[in-house]
Amino acid sequence: MPEPTTFPGGQLLSHVVGFARELRREGMAVTPGQTTLFAQALAEVPIFDPQIFYHTARSTLVTRREDYPKFERAFWKFWQKLGLERFPEELLPPTPLPPNRAPKPRPGEVGREEKPSSTGQGPPVHVVDRALTYSEQEVLRQKRFDQMSEAELEAARRLLSGLDWRISPRPTRRRKPANSGDFPDLRKSFRRALRHQGELVHLFWRERKTKPRPLVLIADVSGSMERYSRMLLHFLYAFAQAQTRQGARTVEAFVFGTRLTRITRSLKKRSVDAALAEVGQTVKDWSGGTRIGSSLHQFNRTWAKRVLGRGAVVLLISDGWDQGEPELLAFEMERLQKSCHRLIWLNPLLGIPGYQPLTRGLQAALPFTDDFLPVHNLASLEGLARALESLPPRPVTRQPGMAGGSAPGVRSENPRRTPAETPEPPR
Amino acid sequence: MMPSTVEETQKALEAHHYITEKGLAVSVFLALKLGRPLLLEGEPGVGKTEIVKVLADMLQTRLIRLQCYEGLDINNAVYEWDYARQMMQIRLLEASGEHDREKVRQEVFSSEFLLERPLLQALKSVNGKAPVLLIDELDRADEEFEAFLLEFLSDWQITIPEVGTVKAEQPPVVVITSNRTREIHDALKRRCLYFWIDYPDFHKEYRIVRERVPSVPEKLAAQVVAFVQELRKEDLYKAPGVAETLDWAASLLALDAVRLEPTLVEETLGVLLKYQDDVVRAKSAAQDLLARAQVPSPL
Repeated sequence: MPEPTTFPGGQLLSHVVGFARELRREGMAVTPGQTTLFAQALAEVPIFDPQIFYHTARSTLVTRREDYPKFERAFWKFWQKLGLERFPEELLPPTPLPPNRAPKPRPGEVGREEKPSSTGQGPPVHVVDRALTYSEQEVLRQKRFDQMSEAELEAARRLLSGLDWRISPRPTRRRKPANSGDFPDLRKSFRRALRHQGELVHLFWRERKTKPRPLVLIADVSGSMERYSRMLLHFLYAFAQAQTRQGARTVEAFVFGTRLTRITRSLKKRSVDAALAEVGQTVKDWSGGTRIGSSLHQFNRTWAKRVLGRGAVVLLISDGWDQGEPELLAFEMERLQKSCHRLIWLNPLLGIPGYQPLTRGLQAALPFTDDFLPVHNLASLEGLARALESLPPRPVTRQPGMAGGSAPGVRSENPRRTPAETPEPPR
Repeated sequence: MMPSTVEETQKALEAHHYITEKGLAVSVFLALKLGRPLLLEGEPGVGKTEIVKVLADMLQTRLIRLQCYEGLDINNAVYEWDYARQMMQIRLLEASGEHDREKVRQEVFSSEFLLERPLLQALKSVNGKAPVLLIDELDRADEEFEAFLLEFLSDWQITIPEVGTVKAEQPPVVVITSNRTREIHDALKRRCLYFWIDYPDFHKEYRIVRERVPSVPEKLAAQVVAFVQELRKEDLYKAPGVAETLDWAASLLALDAVRLEPTLVEETLGVLLKYQDDVVRAKSAAQDLLARAQVPSPL
């Protein structure tokens, strides 16, 4: 056991504070309260037992498992520098993440405001080489994203950011006072009755509270989708902002090409450009191939339990060009559909007259899609916003296989949005 | 018994058949010593709830359990008045000619008509001993409840408008568990000591099985654990927890098994795995898993 003199000058307290600072440098949020708790705890344990010392520090200063490795790093860096090399390494328990499992997402990131950590170069902007044209708003609404000029795209973005949409609410299990409701408010009724010698003169009621549904966006950013991806990211951003304005911290966003990347944090940034710049940095496989099945597999395993609670609505944005196995896609789609309130597939190609969703991927996925809608111009995005506002409170009855077989398998709440009848011609 | 060192804590837990690592023992010891809530996270079935039961046993005190769910509110977590009986009481008082309103009020809002829910119960010591309070699966409750809890955990008191403030003579020992379907708010986390319980390694899990299902033959127990350890490496939707290992060992025992065989494994996989897709996947890999499931020697 090391001698007490191992702590230089007996300045344990100042080292404790210094260590907390070191942890903050590693990016952990350690509060003064926690530092105090650590100091208090040290008074209760034999601090020259390295193992106990280590665990005392960890249990008081770390509040999430994902920080364990950071803690370990900082612990060594700090206490060894102070000459505590007598902490033999083998005494310290390793804190590896299970090797075979992908690291689970930090739940702190889920639905929570995060400070921007860095900004960087944005993704290359797709520039259509055409002279700046003036567009009437109505023309702009109907124009396909892939045919817009840079200026039109810019105008469309501005229109998007001005839209104020909301998603249909879900009933929660909490109740609030109401003039008439489904549940008698016994507490209030009785208290009021006391004024009249316990006569129940008036019965008060409560009704269920509602909250907006969580929304999860999973967007394809592979090569075939490139023309739409950027506009869709703007759409995602505008939607996330609108939701935040309404007090809901409930928009989660993911993009995928060959694999899935979570971009929720980027979308929380204040400006679209900053968000898109970071998204461009985060997404390594921008405009690569498409593996919808394995990306959804990743989503289902890693994220579904965390972000699909409480009746989430999932928007899957893709043209359905899939290089993976259709069986895997069907399998993962079914699982995804079963774990959310409503699964909506948005396909920009639906805006092209005569388009039929015949790709293997789409054929596999459609039986497990609740709605199949176009997203190729502003009008269709507005239609989507309307659809989200009027989702039924109960989940649709799913009939697996209904859209399978030889039929194109378009299923939509609103027949107006089926591809054959989608009105706008290409320009 | 209140342990006075980390070693004592670990030994006491083991004496109550809870095999633990040093880290968790340190956390439990500190929670007891500093009177802080202990927040335990980990995959389902790693023994989060179990340790609380053991803790209550060890401290020879009551265990009060608050199971969280969405919509959990003060009426269900703290207290509620028994309105029906209060009504009745008013009628009785009326019949006996009592007309003093204030008196009636005092009468019907007495502790006799107060239904104590877990959090209120937890503030009361019995025989000078504070209870152990388990707040289970806090991630299921909504944020409103978490905010309330924050206040409760810092002041150890509850105000009932008609009665006044109830304060704990001794703060209860509080353990909070979460399965992380949602993040617990930072403010609450910082009030707590934190420990992530991981799946145990072979040796620890083997000891747990031997401790919890002592009648399972050594060899079978070792095989069972080795198999489960291998199975957890598969790409499963829900990997089996320690609880499932124990169930499996007990099931095999009930089937008079002496060692693992492919058919036996296939027939009983449902005990370990709770998703049909996982069962199918494991079935096709059963042979391979069995071959890989090596019992380390020495045990």
